[in-house]
Amino acid sequence: MTTGTVQFLNHEGELTSHPDYEAEISPDGLRKLYHDMAWSRRMDAEAVTLQRQGELGLWPSLLGQEAAQIGASHALGAADYVFPSYRDHGIALCRGVDPLDLLRMFRGVTNGGWDPAEKNFHLYTLVIGSQVLHATGYAMGLAKDGAQGAVLTCFGDGATSQGDVSEAFNFAAVYHAPVVFFCQNNQWAISEANERQTRVPLHQRADGFGFPGVRVDGNDVLACLAVTRWALERARSGEGPTLIEAFTYRMGAHTTSDDPLRYRDGEEVAYWNLRDPLARLRTLLEARGWADGAYFDTVAAQCEESALDLRGRLRATPDPDPGDIFAHVHADGHALVDEERARFAAYQATFADAAGRGE
Amino acid sequence: MTVQKLPMVKAINESLRHALAADPKVLVMGEDVGRLGGVFRVTDGLQKEFGDERVLDTPLAESGIVGTAIGLALRGYRPVVEIQFDGFVFPAYDQIVTQLAKMRARSLGKVRLPVVIRIPYGGGIGAVEHHSESPEALFAHVAGLKVVTPSNARDAYWMMRQAVGGDDPVIFFEPKRRYWDKDEVDPGATPLPLHRAVVARPGEDLTLAAYGPMVKVCLDAARAAAEEGRSLEVLDLRSLSPLDFDTVQTSVEKTRRLVTVHEAPVFFGAGAEIAARVTERSFYHLEAPVLRVGGYHSPYPPSRLEETYLPDLDRVLDAVDRALAY
Ligand SMILES: Cc1ncc(C[n+]2csc(CCOP(=O)(O)OP(=O)(O)O)c2C)c(N)n1
Repeated sequence: MTTGTVQFLNHEGELTSHPDYEAEISPDGLRKLYHDMAWSRRMDAEAVTLQRQGELGLWPSLLGQEAAQIGASHALGAADYVFPSYRDHGIALCRGVDPLDLLRMFRGVTNGGWDPAEKNFHLYTLVIGSQVLHATGYAMGLAKDGAQGAVLTCFGDGATSQGDVSEAFNFAAVYHAPVVFFCQNNQWAISEANERQTRVPLHQRADGFGFPGVRVDGNDVLACLAVTRWALERARSGEGPTLIEAFTYRMGAHTTSDDPLRYRDGEEVAYWNLRDPLARLRTLLEARGWADGAYFDTVAAQCEESALDLRGRLRATPDPDPGDIFAHVHADGHALVDEERARFAAYQATFADAAGRGE
Repeated sequence: MTVQKLPMVKAINESLRHALAADPKVLVMGEDVGRLGGVFRVTDGLQKEFGDERVLDTPLAESGIVGTAIGLALRGYRPVVEIQFDGFVFPAYDQIVTQLAKMRARSLGKVRLPVVIRIPYGGGIGAVEHHSESPEALFAHVAGLKVVTPSNARDAYWMMRQAVGGDDPVIFFEPKRRYWDKDEVDPGATPLPLHRAVVARPGEDLTLAAYGPMVKVCLDAARAAAEEGRSLEVLDLRSLSPLDFDTVQTSVEKTRRLVTVHEAPVFFGAGAEIAARVTERSFYHLEAPVLRVGGYHSPYPPSRLEETYLPDLDRVLDAVDRALAY
């Protein structure tokens, strides 16, 4: 098992190699990685702006975590299934989830909003750590069925303090479940630094449960891709779970409601700014002559256009129908819900009547 | 501190400051309560003043927070723990229900567990899911717990002082949509007993029984009804367990009509308990069945629907009309 931090692309944009893992380094593949990181960053920035303009109630920004998310996404196969947290917008985009669906949830028009089975991408989970157990159970099911895929589940460093996450680790180990635990250690759980959550490096937790844990440079998209690919392959071939700790940094606020100036200093942010995941890949692409200024301009223009389109569609998103309060609560109906729905409709109608009579 | 007009967040903050200063065994614990001062700033400045041995930023683990608070209480401490939002109390629910609530009885009264669990609750602030729920009935149903909820800053200040001062576990629900409403707080005053209900507005024709965030809605409704010549009495229950039925009974026997109002779903809710008790105690005084206004038997909706979901002035007045029509 590796003990150091796996890295392929250092923060100066220089390529190295690793004895244990293989990374994607074809120019085409690298450009695709760059494109997806750029789009997730642009989409995220758009969402932050839209929140500031009152179009969204809240937004958890992914800024700084693009390499972790896009790297992990590119390791996924079509049959693999993802159980995300609430900040995994980059992975959602790579899975083909319409970003409008992500925004709709934070606009407050839905508490979920997409069919998880359509893109093999589960709903966002706001209760910290819950999804890690769901992922493990889903993986147990895959294994029982003798199915092809594996499961990737995402959570933060704070989540590792939850009992649910430790229980998931144990179930996965005991049942040899084909699941990859992808922890994005962005150093902070709202205002609490890593040492408030753990006194051992997180990837070492896996040891005690009996499966491998690897720390990767979470701002190196190639390392994230290579190690996740390796871990998913292990899972698919029946070798059980892996914990990946993507060592990264949340550059922005926890959410748009948060004020990080209250708990962390500018020096730390500046340190991580130098380790920006997009900048280092761009440096590599330029140094090798695999992309030029025109290419980056084109990507930026495409992202701009997509962001504009997203903005327009979000602004046109209507509020839900009040009757939706009673929709989809049960599969087989429920007499009380039906009764309340009918009474609610009658009550709402009294306002419509009043309006109709011009009162 | 002298008499001051304070928002509820600040009133609770002052109350906790008083408790920390008065008793070295009092601890404040929770996620982000230290350096950040809590996501609502209820604990703002307390860690700076009392240090991180008294005001503890905990790991992100609600079961851990409550479970260790129980252990600390067994060791003579008086922890006041914060659950960040209503919907996140459930990882701790096991510790609260199976351990905190029962340990005193199991030890034949030998064990004291002075643990206060603060839970910002309720909707109306446009939040995402799990940030607007009203789970109070789930706690009031559990023997061994005391459940209280202030509706204004003054009560918040005093009720917190009393909750921290008592020797029983208290679930302290803070109505987050009232966090920024101000009220006069006089630390020199003599407070009401913690579990006493109060008449927030006297009236003759009908009683509205509410607590926490809905007291203001009911007072507004009573004002609106007064313009139509109707005199509504508003009760602020303040405590759900124990519940001050004497005050409810006195009011209902005067007005002869009762409407209960809460944000939590009506089904199996606090209003149901009150209605049943009133029927037992005051059956012959009633001119109308007890009506209940509250949430629906459906998950708390996304924020764009919460104005429709939450009881408002119109829904309260609609129930008043129905009760008065009998
Ligand atoms: C069970 C639970 N407790 C508390 C919260 C409130 N909360 C939301 S995000 C957060 C911090 C999460 O930190 P981490 O797991 O590191 O993920 P990150 O946000 O850094 O990606 C907290 C405490 C919650 N959502 N769920």
